[in-house]
Amino acid sequence: MSGREQILGDLRAALTQSNDGARRAAVAKRLMTKARHVIPARGKDAGPAATDRFQAEAERVQATVARVASLDDLPGAVADYLAAQNMPAAVRMTPDPRLRAAPWDTTAITIAEGPAQGEDTAGVSHAFGAVAETGSLVFLSGPESPTTVNFLPPVHIAVLRASDISGCFEDIWSRLRADRQNAEGAGRFMPRTVNWITGPSRTADIELVLFLGIHGPKHLHIVIVDDGDDGGQTG
Amino acid sequence: METQTRRFKQNAREAMADGQLAQALTRLGEGFPLRRAEAIDRLPEFDQLRDAAKAIKDHTLAHLDLYLEQYESKVKEAGGHVHWCRTGQDAREKILEICRTVGAKTVTKSKSMIGEEIAINDFLEENGVAPIETDLGEYIIQLRKEPPSHIIAPAVHLNKGQVEDTFRKAHTNLDPARNLDDPKSLLEEARVELREKFLHADVGLTGANFLIAETGTNVLVTNEGNADLTYSLPRVHIVIASLEKVIPTLEDTATVLRVLARSGTGQDITVYTTFCTGPKRPDDLDGPDEYHVILLDNGRTELVGTEFQEMLRCIRCGSCLNHCPVYHAIGGHAYGWVYSGPMGAVLIPGLIGIHEAGDLPNASTLCGKCETVCPMRIPLPKMLRAWRERQYQRKGNSAAGRWSLQLWAALAKRPKLYRAVTGPLMTALAIFGRKRGRFKWLPLAGGWTGPRDLPAPQGDSFIAQYHKGPVGAVVRSKGQ
Amino acid sequence: MTEHSSSPSNPPASPNVGLFATCLVDLMRPSVGFATVKLLEDAGCRVSVPEAQTCCGQPAYNSGDSADARDIAKNVIQVFEGFDYVVAPSGSCAGMLSHHYPHLLKDDAAWKPRAEALAAKTFELVAFLTDVLQAEISPPDLDVTATYHDSCSGLRELGIKSQPRALLGKVGGLRLVEGDIPETCCGFGGLFCVKYPDISERMVDAKADDILATGADLLLAGDLGCLMNMAGRLKRRGARVEARHVAEVLAGMTDRPAIGEADEDTA
Repeated sequence: MSGREQILGDLRAALTQSNDGARRAAVAKRLMTKARHVIPARGKDAGPAATDRFQAEAERVQATVARVASLDDLPGAVADYLAAQNMPAAVRMTPDPRLRAAPWDTTAITIAEGPAQGEDTAGVSHAFGAVAETGSLVFLSGPESPTTVNFLPPVHIAVLRASDISGCFEDIWSRLRADRQNAEGAGRFMPRTVNWITGPSRTADIELVLFLGIHGPKHLHIVIVDDGDDGGQTG
Repeated sequence: METQTRRFKQNAREAMADGQLAQALTRLGEGFPLRRAEAIDRLPEFDQLRDAAKAIKDHTLAHLDLYLEQYESKVKEAGGHVHWCRTGQDAREKILEICRTVGAKTVTKSKSMIGEEIAINDFLEENGVAPIETDLGEYIIQLRKEPPSHIIAPAVHLNKGQVEDTFRKAHTNLDPARNLDDPKSLLEEARVELREKFLHADVGLTGANFLIAETGTNVLVTNEGNADLTYSLPRVHIVIASLEKVIPTLEDTATVLRVLARSGTGQDITVYTTFCTGPKRPDDLDGPDEYHVILLDNGRTELVGTEFQEMLRCIRCGSCLNHCPVYHAIGGHAYGWVYSGPMGAVLIPGLIGIHEAGDLPNASTLCGKCETVCPMRIPLPKMLRAWRERQYQRKGNSAAGRWSLQLWAALAKRPKLYRAVTGPLMTALAIFGRKRGRFKWLPLAGGWTGPRDLPAPQGDSFIAQYHKGPVGAVVRSKGQ
Repeated sequence: MTEHSSSPSNPPASPNVGLFATCLVDLMRPSVGFATVKLLEDAGCRVSVPEAQTCCGQPAYNSGDSADARDIAKNVIQVFEGFDYVVAPSGSCAGMLSHHYPHLLKDDAAWKPRAEALAAKTFELVAFLTDVLQAEISPPDLDVTATYHDSCSGLRELGIKSQPRALLGKVGGLRLVEGDIPETCCGFGGLFCVKYPDISERMVDAKADDILATGADLLLAGDLGCLMNMAGRLKRRGARVEARHVAEVLAGMTDRPAIGEADEDTA
């Protein structure tokens, strides 16, 4: 007998009292309804309140936040940030059309696209969304959004549209299901990776003292683009 | 690692003789509970969330076979593989087989308690594959060839100086005269050393905090970013997870995540919460070509349907360790295996047998603090007691202990005999103890009088005095 | 004795209270038993102290000997089920009766309801005075700086935290100073303290440090086991802090030597 059959057989022997049909129905129902449970009050903000809470929570966990009026201002904001950090004017950028559309030629920043390389000093990527409840950014992997850009360079600059900020995690799941229905075929919507990122990398493994920047980025800078849509995603 | 659970008392004594460890445990016992309390203060719905999280896991465990099948089918649909492993040995061999198939020389690893449980590092090393722990704490203890002393802070027993010594011994390629006084320099050195390993590893091995049945996803909850470099850079991603990690939906996961980090480190959420589903998609620019899940049983199915089933709700937050006065006294290594604290004292006998770990459920005052801080409301004291009951039934405790217990019970069941025996004994002790009011030593009471004096009884028993006459008379005679 | 039905929130005018003295109070420190009788009688209770009581069965129960624990539980139920209330000067033993007897006897159709009935009317002394009787006690003054240890069962099984502090607030001259870790286990744990004396020592030392740091002259608690452990360690360390059961102070019966102290007359 295979490990699979043994394990499932033992579990059934321990769990199945009588009505296996009712158990199957309970599981099918739960997977179908995808019920939400307790949503904390702090996860129920929408619009500008959600944006403000997102910023406050992100700053609480040592991210820095800049707000710009439109994508036109993004390259300037990135250039300013790199200069202020005394960093080279060079970034690894995901080949996201929204990022490409920004007027990068108004700055002196050198842009390399594609997955991150070991020597990259800063990565720029566009978030799928964000969660006000905890100040978390949400990234999806894909042909236009390689995951490594979010993790390998020591500085991560995340671009986020204000209208993509949700109140709570559950709103992100709802949006993901709606936006990517069948994106993977056969009803599958999950990309290879979904990354929630809340502040820069940290460790307290030595004497429980907190230090920022161990394997992931030491700095997380978030540029919120006010895209004029004040209706945040509230699912 | 080989279990040292039988040496518990000796381990505990050695641990308590280590002054440096005591300092580390004081830091832990003050720091984590404070941070947890602060996080919970910011979330008034915390207890409601605990109830919801418990209900999610209870439902899942009651339908575990079905959710595992659903999970497996979703992993397959996403292009991944699930390997069902009954034992640690099955799991080790499967992992090695995958490594050999792709000709792996090095494997980067992010922290996994299941990896510790099956001692995967030793096995890979013996078979010519180099495992590299990338979580800072795990990296340090790997260099020191030690087991973790805490499930979320594996090197919490060490201080900065010990880490510095470890790095100097391990990183012989670096300038011996380099300055490592600043903890930041230790971090920077680890970052640089491990960066090369990330970029050149053939296989990335991670654990999983959850396995989501709805989507066939594994969830990783970390702070350093090492897990994300572990699964995204090599060609193969192997997930090792025990089967009770399964959870129905993304919404269910969100609920449990709200209580996980708050209970452990006191963060609202960890820096990185990652959801991996299958290998990279055809057009993706990075990510692994292969995705394997090692689904480990290792004794867990035997807990299902027993009084220990609720232990399978555990999400490994570490809160019960952080708040346990026994853990604070002896640290994690004394428990003798990879788990420790209250959750370890319940889980370890379940995985390796009560005959191997008899001291663990007994070395608790049943003070109940762990249950009050468990996000999943696991009745840990009740289960510690349940192990004691099983042990008693199989006569697993010492003959002397059983004998004295049975003697006491025999008296307690016979009130007249009880009075006849205890009365003269207490009167005699009261006479002998009157001068000092306490005993520094008494025959057969060494367990008590080793560390503390034994207060002497006041005289005749309360019941005897009370029934001698009206209360007032006895009260008046108190100064006799 | 007939069985009365009375809800905790609405006690009869002069309730019949069975005093479960606990084996430690019975054998080691009768003055706590007398203090308990006095407090209950002053609050209008008719108090009985059945002679057929021994121990609540925790040593057996917590050692995995459920069969003996069940037999002992049945004895206690038989002896005490006729009272309106059962009161014990111990959170640990009251918790045993009110929380663990129903669990122990849950599979016994005949005894389960009796265990639950007993559980519903069993209270720890201070909680009984405060929550059930809402008694207006007027303890005598005591000029002392005291600190209070919250014993684990009382605190976490029975929710006893504010009640002893409220009553101690009525003792004129008594200044209550809180330690940093009043809720941390003292390391007694019944047989734990003799089975694992080294670990217990480390735990009780942490408590002793905390108690000494308050500068208090008097340590109070509601459980004699914890008190004997802490007093025993404090004495071994040569500390001058005295230890008493909270009932002794509330009843004004502090003329007997404190726990582990020599009688002045005989010393």
